[in-house]
Parts: sequence; structure tokens; C-alpha cells
Amino acid sequence: MDLGLSEEQGLLKNAARDFLEKECPEAFVREMEEDERGYSPEFWQMMAAQGWQGIVIPEQYGGTGMTFTDLIVLLEEFGRALVPGPFISTVVLGAMPILEAGTEEQKQQFLPKIATGDLIVTLALTEPSAKWDADGVAMPAKANGDSFVLNGTKLFVPDAHVTDYMLVAARTKESASPEDGITLFLVDSKSKGIEFTVLKTIAEDKQCEVAFNEVRVPKANVLGEVDKGWPIIQGVKSKAAVAACAYLVGLSQMDFDTSLDYAKERIQFGRPIGSFQAIQHKFADMIIDVDGSRFITYKAAWALQENEPDAEMLVSMAKAWCNEATRRVVAHGQQIHGGIGFTKDYKIELYFRRQKWMELMWGDADYHRELVAAKLEA
Amino acid sequence: MDFRFTAEEEAFRQEVREFIRREMPPDWEGVFLEEEEEDWKQGRAFVKKLSQKGWVAPAWPKEYGGMEASPALQLVYNEEMGYHRAPIGSIIQAVGYIGPAILFFGTEEQKNQHLPPITAGEIVWCQGFSEPEAGSDLASLKCRAVKDGDDWVINGDKIWTSNAHRSEWCILLARTDPAAPKHKGISFFLVDMQTPGITVQPTINMANVHSFNQVFFEDVRVPSSALLGQENQGWYIAAMTLDYERSSLVAAAVSMAKRGLDDLVEYCKETKVNGRSLLDNPLVRHKLSEMAIEIEVGKYMVYRVVSQQARKEPGSIEAAVCKLYNTEMDVRLANTGIQILGLYGQLHKDSKWVRMMGRFQKSYLYAIAMVIGGGSSEIQRNIIAMRGLGLPRG
Ligand SMILES: Cc1cc2nc3c(=O)[nH]c(=O)nc-3n(C[C@H](O)[C@H](O)[C@H](O)COP(=O)(O)OP(=O)(O)OC[C@H]3O[C@@H](n4cnc5c(N)ncnc54)[C@H](O)[C@@H]3O)c2cc1C
Ligand SMILES: Cc1cc2nc3c(=O)[nH]c(=O)nc-3n(C[C@H](O)[C@H](O)[C@H](O)COP(=O)(O)OP(=O)(O)OC[C@H]3O[C@@H](n4cnc5c(N)ncnc54)[C@H](O)[C@@H]3O)c2cc1C
Repeated sequence: MDLGLSEEQGLLKNAARDFLEKECPEAFVREMEEDERGYSPEFWQMMAAQGWQGIVIPEQYGGTGMTFTDLIVLLEEFGRALVPGPFISTVVLGAMPILEAGTEEQKQQFLPKIATGDLIVTLALTEPSAKWDADGVAMPAKANGDSFVLNGTKLFVPDAHVTDYMLVAARTKESASPEDGITLFLVDSKSKGIEFTVLKTIAEDKQCEVAFNEVRVPKANVLGEVDKGWPIIQGVKSKAAVAACAYLVGLSQMDFDTSLDYAKERIQFGRPIGSFQAIQHKFADMIIDVDGSRFITYKAAWALQENEPDAEMLVSMAKAWCNEATRRVVAHGQQIHGGIGFTKDYKIELYFRRQKWMELMWGDADYHRELVAAKLEA
Repeated sequence: MDFRFTAEEEAFRQEVREFIRREMPPDWEGVFLEEEEEDWKQGRAFVKKLSQKGWVAPAWPKEYGGMEASPALQLVYNEEMGYHRAPIGSIIQAVGYIGPAILFFGTEEQKNQHLPPITAGEIVWCQGFSEPEAGSDLASLKCRAVKDGDDWVINGDKIWTSNAHRSEWCILLARTDPAAPKHKGISFFLVDMQTPGITVQPTINMANVHSFNQVFFEDVRVPSSALLGQENQGWYIAAMTLDYERSSLVAAAVSMAKRGLDDLVEYCKETKVNGRSLLDNPLVRHKLSEMAIEIEVGKYMVYRVVSQQARKEPGSIEAAVCKLYNTEMDVRLANTGIQILGLYGQLHKDSKWVRMMGRFQKSYLYAIAMVIGGGSSEIQRNIIAMRGLGLPRG
């Protein structure tokens, strides 16, 4: 039992921190908020040169074949630097399910290009009902000759407008159990009948409304089996939830570090505000929340990686906890900064807005607490 | 990053678990510290059996009756003891931090005199630190020790001394240089409680139990061998023991919390209200789920400290983080337990209507002691902020 990083993970973490401090400064993060695409192809290629898009892709498909927990260590650094763009979408929502459920042909087609940074992918799951459960997937896909035809709307789809392909969850059969009858399609984002609208969100990240109007998808583009897509989606959801946790851990750690520096420097009443106990005790509570978040996230990631029987429960525990703990951290971070925190002149507000984004993605605390309760009952 | 225990550690876990099941007194209520007379006796008998296995102090060197167990093995031991509510309250102080202080700072003679009787399950120790005017601000203590020939003569009052009425020995902080700055004039003594001039006066705690005492020292004469470490080095030794105190209790406490939760979940499954199980009630589900998560988070805080120890990395605030979080979590858990039991939650264990042996009623009271004793929550926050994060003093 060892909660520390392996030597390899330590190297990855340091390399990522150095790279991101240089290439992903605050100015870049703000620029990408304004940018319609929300990412820059140059930066995307530089990340690919680091081997990051291919981090969990096996070497035979052009990746570096590292583990899920390695990816989590990297994503913690992404959270720290507030890395914008479709990385989690491409790697966690795209590459991982293709790797798990794809045919050999599909793997050959998609994974090497993802690894080289030549393919951007996402998952279109949620709809206007805004539900993470199987009954949230209502959009129909009707078999027609050698194709399926998709009609409907997907909502809150991360980075869809810049993707080359989308994994789209659609209903191919009505049945008593909502989990039965969902199919996952690999859809070319340039297919006729698809329309993207970028949503304006609190974090200025790029989530989209994706409208499907008579979109034809070849039957060969089904990922996994027809009607049996839900277990694949569940696997993605768990990994995405832990990825969000890792991003939140890094984000809240950086909010904490920034606030600590500020409290040591900001003088009021003739002394640093960090010398007031009201502020000091906030920091003690913040470090508990950051550390608490980090280690439950590691545990959940490790359990997923090792296929532990309680992995899903741990994922829900981690997401429920990180959601609320990191919100407490960034709220304290704002308070410690006083008036300056409420402005765009200073970076702390970026963490505050992005925390809420990641908190909502892949299930808020109430949602995951209910999943934990269901497991306690079992 | 690897959360798996080794095969050896898992085997030890099984062995400890079976031992506890076999040797635990029948109908054991499993209170936090065995403070009532009958519980105390059963606890001491259990410790004697532990001692026959060589399991009283897993971390200690073999020559003093320990096992030289790795940090992970100690964790396994503490988890099992906690989860099964094993009655080891009488040795927690001696094993957790008094013995280690003697190990680090004692002479050969002191080690040989004091350590084997602890691992043999024969001797009970108490801690005479706090005074009426020196609680959180321990270094302002007034109890005096004055040199007289080779002896020391001690005068002063100690308060909140747990188990003093059952202890053979006591660790004691006394001022030996009143002219020095307050942290630099304190020495650390090992005092035989039979020494003439010591009076122990009971204090009844709010659970209506005689658990701690006031202890008066009047011209108590102890030999030079009573001094641990150097003269005026006492604060330094005490600070180390307080660090140990913080981490030693917590591993067992988190597992005990987990047991409390598991029992509560079982209770909710079995209890029907209007034909439906309590677990179907959304508010109950929410509370249980929240506690399950909070306990899990606390567990990995403990694991992190253990990992650091195993890697021999210097710790700083991790033990304080652990103590602070987990003792406050216990307060919430006890409250959750009582709330779910509703009106029954207030019943004492002796009531014929009692549910779940009144454990939450009791822990609701005792949890309040844990956020004060061993350095209050506020003191932990101060330590984290100033010692750990380098924030300036106010
Ligand atoms: C939306 C908005 C509108 C505003 N409009 C106006 C306006 O129209 N006119 C105007 O004059 N001002 C205005 N202000 C400024 C506002 O009054 C200040 O922001 C406020 O007084 C806090 O001062 P500060 O920002 O310098 O923070 P600081 O005083 O530096 O405080 C930073 C942190 O330290 C804490 N702190 C400071 N001293 C202590 C202490 N002794 N003990 C414990 N904690 C302490 C604070 O509570 C805070 O958490 C506005 C601010 C905002 C956010
Ligand atoms: C069940 C129990 C068993 C105990 N057993 C022993 C024992 O065996 N031996 C022994 O020596 N002692 C023992 N103690 C005593 C314990 O160590 C003290 O109670 C503790 O150190 C607090 O001291 P105090 O009670 O005098 O409270 P005080 O120090 O008076 O504190 C009162 C309140 O003020 C707060 N406070 C104090 N200073 C600060 C500060 N600087 N900043 C912010 N807040 C502050 C505290 O956090 C607390 O909330 C025991 C206590 C309990 C409850």
C-alpha cells in the first residue's frame, strides 16, 4: 500500500508542470475563453508531441501505453493549469471506449490518429432532459438499409463543434429497462444534417447543442453491439467522473496555493491578512478539502484501473466528495482575495468559475450520493 | 500509487480478526475507552491475551516485546482493533506515545524498567500534562520540580488525567527553570503513582462516568532516574509525544466509525416504517451516503500518513490534518446515528427500549471529548496554518 506517486508518475507530473507553466499561462486560458473553438491547434500538436493524447493508448496503436492512474496524475496538472480544449473529450470520452469496445478495424482507424493529435473526438450523451441515466437517452436511431438514421438533439456535449468524430448514444429499441436498447455510434462530425451551437457557460468552456436531422450513419460505425451500448457508456461515465475529480484536485490545489501566497503578502491593519486567525483557519479547512479530494480520487482511479469490485461506488464517493470539497476551497479562495477576487484582472476567478463546471459534469453530489446509497443497500 | 496490501499483511489481518472474535468478551458493547469498572476489567483481561501473542505494541522493537511491524502492518492491526471495537483503551496511551517517548529519550535502564511491563500487559500509564491554568497553552504550566540532592521534589496540580485512578505510572511535565522562556524550562518525568504525596480526586464526565481525575502533587520526592531526557528538554519530548498521540488513535478510530456506519446501514435495512425499510427514506439514504463518503475520505488521510512513514518521508501537518478531520467527522457520525434512531437515539444502553446498544448515545457524548483532547480542533488548525503553511503569527 503506497499512496505516493511512482517514479514514472513523478517524472510525468514534473514534465507536465514545467510544460504547462510555459505553454498554458493565464493569458492563454483567457484567450481560449474568447476563442470560438476553445483550443489552439498549435498547442494541441505540442501536447501530442509530449505523447499525451496517446497516454492510455497501447503502443501497438501508436500510444505510450501508460495506465489510467498515470492519466489521472497528468489531469491533476491540467486542472492546476486550467488547460482548455478537448483533451478529456478526446482521450477519456473518445479513445478509452474505442479501445475497450471497438473492433480491431475501428481501433486501427481511430486510435493512432488520436495519439498523433490528428483526431478530436467526444461523446454525445446528454439531451435536453439533462440526465446522466439511461432513461436520459431518448433520441431515436432507426435502422434503414445499411445505415441508421438519427434524429433529435444532444445537449451539453463537450467540444462537439471542433470534433472530427462523435460517439453518439441513441435509442434503437424501446424496452422495459431503459438500459436495454441504447446503441453507440461513431459519427463523422461533418455528416450531413448535423448542426452545432456553442453554449455560453459559466466557465466559457465549449459545450454544444448538437442537432441531428436525418443523419445517416453506416451500420459498420456501431461501437460494440446494437442495443447494448449502455455498459460501455457506464464505463466512460465512471472514468470521466474520476477525470473530472483529478481536474478539480489540481484546480483546487492551485487556488489554495495562490490564496496562500496572497494572504502572506496582502497587508491590512498593518499586518499580512494571513496572520488573522479567521483567515488561517480557512486555510486549514482548505488543505483538508484538497488533500481529502486527492486521495479519494487516487483510490477511485486505482480501483477502476484494477477492476476492483467496489470501483463504481468509489467513483461516486470521489465525485460526490470532490464536488463539494473543491467548491468550499474556491469559495474560501474568493473570500481571502477580497475585492480583487471579483475581477477579471486576477486569475483567482478563473478557478471559481471552472470549479462549478467540473462539479456539474458527470454528476453532481446529490446524484452520486444516491448512487452510493444504492450500493449501500445492495 | 497502489492501494493493495501484501499477502503477508492480509494474512495478518485474518489472524488478528480471528483472534479478536475468539477472545473478545461475549456481548461486548464495544465502547470507545473501557472506563466503567466492569469494562475496564474485561479490557485488561483482553490485553493480557494480546500480550501472550506478542501483539500489545506492534511497532516496538522485539527486545521490548514488540513486533517491529512495518507501518502498513501496524495499520492493519489498528484497523482490525478499531473495526471490532477491541477493548484496548487501557493501553492506547502507553503504546501510542508514552512508550515511544521512553524509547527515543530513555536510558537503557529506563527502557528495560518500563517497556517490558507495558507489553506484558501489566502496567497502566497515565498522562499528567494539563493543568487548570494550562490547557491548550500547555507550555504555561506551573507544576514545579525542584532539585534536592539527587532527587526531585514535585509540587502542583494536574487535571483531566485520564485513568490516573487505575495507573501505576504517570508521565508528568513540570517546570524546572522558572527563569527560562516558558518552552525552555520544562522537564519530563516518569512518576510512580504510589509515591507519597500524590492524591487522585475523581472527576465525573458528562457521560456520568469516572474517567478522569484531578491529581495533586504535594512534596512528591522522586529519584533522578525519574527524569526522561535532559533537564529542561521536556517541551521537546512532549511535542513529539503529542504528534504521536495525534496519529496513533486515528487509524483505529476511522475503522470504528466504519463499523458504526455498517451497523447503522444494517439497522436501516431491517427497520420497517409503514411497511418500507428505513433505507428507502430519501433523507436517511442521503445521510448514510454522506457518512459513508466522509469515512472513506478519512481513511485515505490515514493511509497517506502511513505511506509517508513507510517511505520515510518527513511528515509535517499530515497527522494534524488526520486528527482534525477524523475527530470532527466522528462528531457528525454520532449525530447522524442519533437522528436516524429518532426518539430512541437518546436512550441509554441500560434501557429496555434501547436500540443498537445505545452506542450512538454514548459516542455522541464522547465524540465531543475527542475534538478537545489531544489538542483541540482550533489548536490543530493553528498548527496547520502556522507550522505547516508558514502563515505569520497573529
Ligand atoms: C462588487 C464590489 C463593489 C464595490 N464597490 C465599492 C464602491 O463603490 N466604493 C468603494 O469604496 N469600495 C467598493 N468596493 C470595495 C470593498 O469595500 C472592498 O472590497 C472591501 O472593503 C474589502 O477590501 P479589500 O478588497 O481590499 O480586501 P482586504 O481588506 O484585503 O481583505 C482580504 C481578506 O482578508 C480579510 N480580512 C481583512 N482584515 C481582516 C481582519 N482584521 N480580520 C480577519 N480577516 C480580515 C477580509 O475579510 C478578506 O477576506 C466594492 C467591492 C466589490 C466586491
Ligand atoms: C476526555 C478527555 C481526556 C483527557 N485526558 C487527558 C489526560 O489524560 N492527560 C492530560 O494531561 N490532559 C488530558 N485532557 C486534557 C486536554 O488535553 C485539554 O482539555 C486540552 O488540551 C484543552 O485544554 P482546556 O480543556 O484547558 O481548554 P482551553 O485551552 O481552555 O480551550 C478552550 C477553548 O478555547 C480554544 N482555544 C484555546 N487556545 C486557542 C488558540 N490559541 N486559538 C484558538 N482557539 C483556542 C480551544 O480550542 C477550546 O475551544 C483530556 C481532555 C479530555 C476532554
